[in-house]
Amino acid sequence: MPIANYAGTAVTLNDEGFFEDPSQWTEAMAPEIARAQGVDELTEPHWQVIKFMRTEYTEKGTGPTVRVLGKTSGVSVKELYQLFPKGPAKMAAKIAGIPKPRGCI
Amino acid sequence: MVTKRIVILGGGTGGTLSANRLRRVYPKEEAEIVVVDQNDDHVYQPGLLFVPFGLAHPEEIVRSRRHQLHNDIEFRQVPVDRVDVGGDCVHLEDGTVLDYDVLVIATGSILVEEETEGLTGPGWMEKVFTFYDVAGAAGLHNALEAFDGGRVVVNVVDMPIKCPVAPLEFCFLADWFFQQVGIREHVELTYVTPLDGAFTKPVASQRLAGLLEEKGVALVTEFNTGEVDGPGGRLVSYDQREVGFDLAVVVPLHGGASYVGRSPGLGDELGFVLVDEHTLQSAAKPNIFAIGDAAGIPTSKAGSVTHFEGEVLVENIRRFLTNEPLDGSFDGHTNCFIETGFGKALLIDFNYDTEPLPGHFPTSVGLPLLKESRLNHLGKLMFQPLYWHSLLPGRDLPGVGSAMPVRGKDIEAAR
Repeated sequence: MPIANYAGTAVTLNDEGFFEDPSQWTEAMAPEIARAQGVDELTEPHWQVIKFMRTEYTEKGTGPTVRVLGKTSGVSVKELYQLFPKGPAKMAAKIAGIPKPRGCI
Repeated sequence: MVTKRIVILGGGTGGTLSANRLRRVYPKEEAEIVVVDQNDDHVYQPGLLFVPFGLAHPEEIVRSRRHQLHNDIEFRQVPVDRVDVGGDCVHLEDGTVLDYDVLVIATGSILVEEETEGLTGPGWMEKVFTFYDVAGAAGLHNALEAFDGGRVVVNVVDMPIKCPVAPLEFCFLADWFFQQVGIREHVELTYVTPLDGAFTKPVASQRLAGLLEEKGVALVTEFNTGEVDGPGGRLVSYDQREVGFDLAVVVPLHGGASYVGRSPGLGDELGFVLVDEHTLQSAAKPNIFAIGDAAGIPTSKAGSVTHFEGEVLVENIRRFLTNEPLDGSFDGHTNCFIETGFGKALLIDFNYDTEPLPGHFPTSVGLPLLKESRLNHLGKLMFQPLYWHSLLPGRDLPGVGSAMPVRGKDIEAAR
């Protein structure tokens, strides 16, 4: 299992780069993870989404999909793609240190 | 004994088979069973796939909802306004308030075309179609008859959708259809999906991607459709990629029935009803259950799932009414025939824990799994009369149990 070092702390990732243990995540790690994903600066709307992802994960055990994010996070799907161009649900989940959102079947 | 009232919202596959099964469990004096639906058209939804290719006609796949219900089940044809979860009653649009002891939500999913920019704009029902409803499937039939070549795209906007294999089947049948009419070499077929492969589950995804390739269907993955531009003939993704078309077959976004959104506490953001994935009991209130596409559980939205849920649902309603612990045995069992054209089909069988694997169903001497065969095609055809005459009346299908059979599957293939 790959180990990454964010904000001076070693964390365990899965093969796709998602946190194995979301409790290892701290806010200080987010900018570093984001840079590795090609997002140079985390703006206020980025944080709004990241915090929303964390809350959703804590409450429901999985991060939301893009469509649910667009309906509930206060940020539209279009803006979500501007913030996280490689796919909002997956990128924001990585930066927020939560597992890959369970896709639907 | 005091007569209980069981109200079932939705007279489709789940509502009908639940009502009929419940009627057998409870004599009339023990339970009043009421089914509510906004119309009297019960569509055999697997038949919609065949309509565009002239292999089925709309009038063959629609019957009266009322007539599929056993005697002594009341049918009310009226839209639902909302469910009062705390008050144990349903408000109907005609002003009636129906109290219940147990409520079953079986209103399936609806298409929300308007959530995708441009989808129902210029070009809709001219060069942009869906085959997920009767009118769309019939319109697409006319368009395919008139089509003389060009780019055909089959696009899934986002999951969840009913019958996730249907758009793939559409591609396979389109390949067959254009060969039959002799214009296959003039048609460019492309399957455009938001998933990272042809299907959700790894072994089946690989097999189905292989079939697309064999049939000359191009595959575009991780495409999240943001806009359908009918006049310009383009699908545009949120990340600004484009796929051009002369004819687009789009599977629109799905949601739960609209009254779910008007019933606080009942559903999730998309209007699907939150229930336990093994007991089908609502998280909001113990006297509410959901079955079929209406349920927000991690299964495919497919008739087979609804059928397999029926047994557990009815048993759990009985247990709930006698204060017994519920039966948590629903395992997510799903069973789908996948038409591949030229009189053949594939069969997949899976549940929450086991992905679709090769082998045979239901035992080692049964139908071949994940492999094209004529037998599977015959199975798919045979299913239609079984649907009306065995499944809806709530009879068990011989040899096909609620729980997924492990015997016959090549479990090693998953490793």
